[in-house]
Amino acid sequence: MPWRLLRFALSKHHPEGRMFTPHSRLKPHYDVVIIGAGGHGLAAAYYLARDHGITDIAVLEKGYIGGGNTGRNTTIIRSNYLTPEGVRFYDESLRLWQDLSTDFDLNLFYSNRGHFTLAHTDAALRTCRWRAEVNKHYGVNSEVVDAAFVKRTVPMIDLSCSGHAPILGALYHAPGAVARHDAVAWGYGRGADQRGVEIHQQTEVLGIEVQAGKVRGVRTNRGNITTGKVLCAVAGATPRILRMVDLDSPLYIHPLQAMVSEPVKPWLDTILVSGSLHIYISQSSRGELVMGAALDPYELHSTRSTLDFPEGLCAHMLDMFPFLSTVKVMRQWAGMADMTPDFAPIMGKTPIEGFYLDAGWGTWGFKATPVCGKTMAYTVAHDHHHPLITGFTLDRFRRYALTGEKGAASVGH
Amino acid sequence: MKIMTCPINGPRPVSEFVYGGSVRDMPDPHTCSDDEWAAYVFNRGGAPGVKREWWCHTASNTWFIAERDTEQDRVLRTYLHGEEG
Ligand SMILES: Cc1cc2nc3c(=O)[nH]c(=O)nc-3n(C[C@H](O)[C@H](O)[C@H](O)COP(=O)(O)OP(=O)(O)OC[C@H]3O[C@@H](n4cnc5c(N)ncnc54)[C@H](O)[C@@H]3O)c2cc1C
Repeated sequence: MPWRLLRFALSKHHPEGRMFTPHSRLKPHYDVVIIGAGGHGLAAAYYLARDHGITDIAVLEKGYIGGGNTGRNTTIIRSNYLTPEGVRFYDESLRLWQDLSTDFDLNLFYSNRGHFTLAHTDAALRTCRWRAEVNKHYGVNSEVVDAAFVKRTVPMIDLSCSGHAPILGALYHAPGAVARHDAVAWGYGRGADQRGVEIHQQTEVLGIEVQAGKVRGVRTNRGNITTGKVLCAVAGATPRILRMVDLDSPLYIHPLQAMVSEPVKPWLDTILVSGSLHIYISQSSRGELVMGAALDPYELHSTRSTLDFPEGLCAHMLDMFPFLSTVKVMRQWAGMADMTPDFAPIMGKTPIEGFYLDAGWGTWGFKATPVCGKTMAYTVAHDHHHPLITGFTLDRFRRYALTGEKGAASVGH
Repeated sequence: MKIMTCPINGPRPVSEFVYGGSVRDMPDPHTCSDDEWAAYVFNRGGAPGVKREWWCHTASNTWFIAERDTEQDRVLRTYLHGEEG
């Protein structure tokens, strides 16, 4: 590493190529157009190129790479969900995460921390047991632990939560992890770029042309493109894209906010989530406490922050960790979460031929980035659903066949 | 949005209100098709725009309708159900 750095000091020119190839104009046609250069869109491009030999792809991004929810999330990675569909899907994602850094030759700062879902009520403890049993059945490492175990692992915690909401136990998920979010988008983006995929930033999709129920092309602020396949991976902007193709969906958009504290010495090496207090917290490798809470309470298509959010979050944080009262908040921000009524995503084919959806990832889609890329690439390449996503299709609502992941995803993480 | 106007109690801090979702017309369950009913139950006009929404002033338990721009977060007007004027 020092030698590599020395090259930069000695060379008159920048000794390394750019991370992404710039493209001055759009071609008139691509085999596949992907809307959205977040982790999901770029991962799909990467696996289409790497595993399916499809490289004539344009990824269109209205802002910059990873500037959407990918770059705004609190990076919790786990697979302790509640439904068999969910557990199988997220567990495959967790497996894919393990060798991504090597795959990309890029450090993703993937850090295995262990993940606690704290139970403050009998009902919450019951859900923890249920989740643990579903998880174990599918070979996922989860167990219910008592309050003393929590205290041993996190000595700074006030188990009584200032007397308001005593912790009775927790669901402990040893594989829980965090990772560097931007690097995930960059890694997938560079991998796709090296295989011939074109990534166009500052390129907004303004319309989608559909004829006789089939996708024909897209209209952008930099010109029109013809294509037979469009993958929409735009998170909080999904309803706007669906309006372009006249599709209705159960998606609704609420902001989700997060914040970080000033950096402090390492004292928390696990991830803690409390549904009752509506908070979650981990400590980043820079020492900042990364904190989040529940969704904002009403629909809004904007990434504004509010003062109510840090106020409420800090109050609950102090219930659990009174010693944090002197620590300052550094930054806060928001993303637009695309929510579904059953807290499961909407993935796969749609009534429009050649129009594929990867949406409904709300507050929980970062961890799923690798498996979404992989399964959506398969689905787009074969025009046939990957077996892992058949429980997540848009038509499940018409069939009243919801997936019911709420118990495991109701706090944003 | 920090202040909202309750049609009964006047301007109040937004923390006194809860959101009750968009105003939606229910199809007749006896005559509509299964697809129409599923669309009513699940689908939401998720795109941004000026929407008519149910809100409740919790301190006085007053339910009313607000017309709100869901991109700018600006309330255009509020009124009681049936008193649209
Ligand atoms: C505060 C917060 C915390 C979160 N915490 C977690 C967590 O701890 N763990 C977890 O697993 N998940 C978490 N999530 C959810 C997670 O961030 C998302 O589900 C995931 O990142 C979605 O990735 P994406 O690639 O689909 O979308 P994005 O990263 O949002 O990418 C979509 C891209 O599409 C672009 N776009 C939109 N419209 C257009 C258009 N018309 N034309 C061209 N481009 C367009 C946008 O600019 C954007 O860059 C959190 C989300 C938020 C907001």
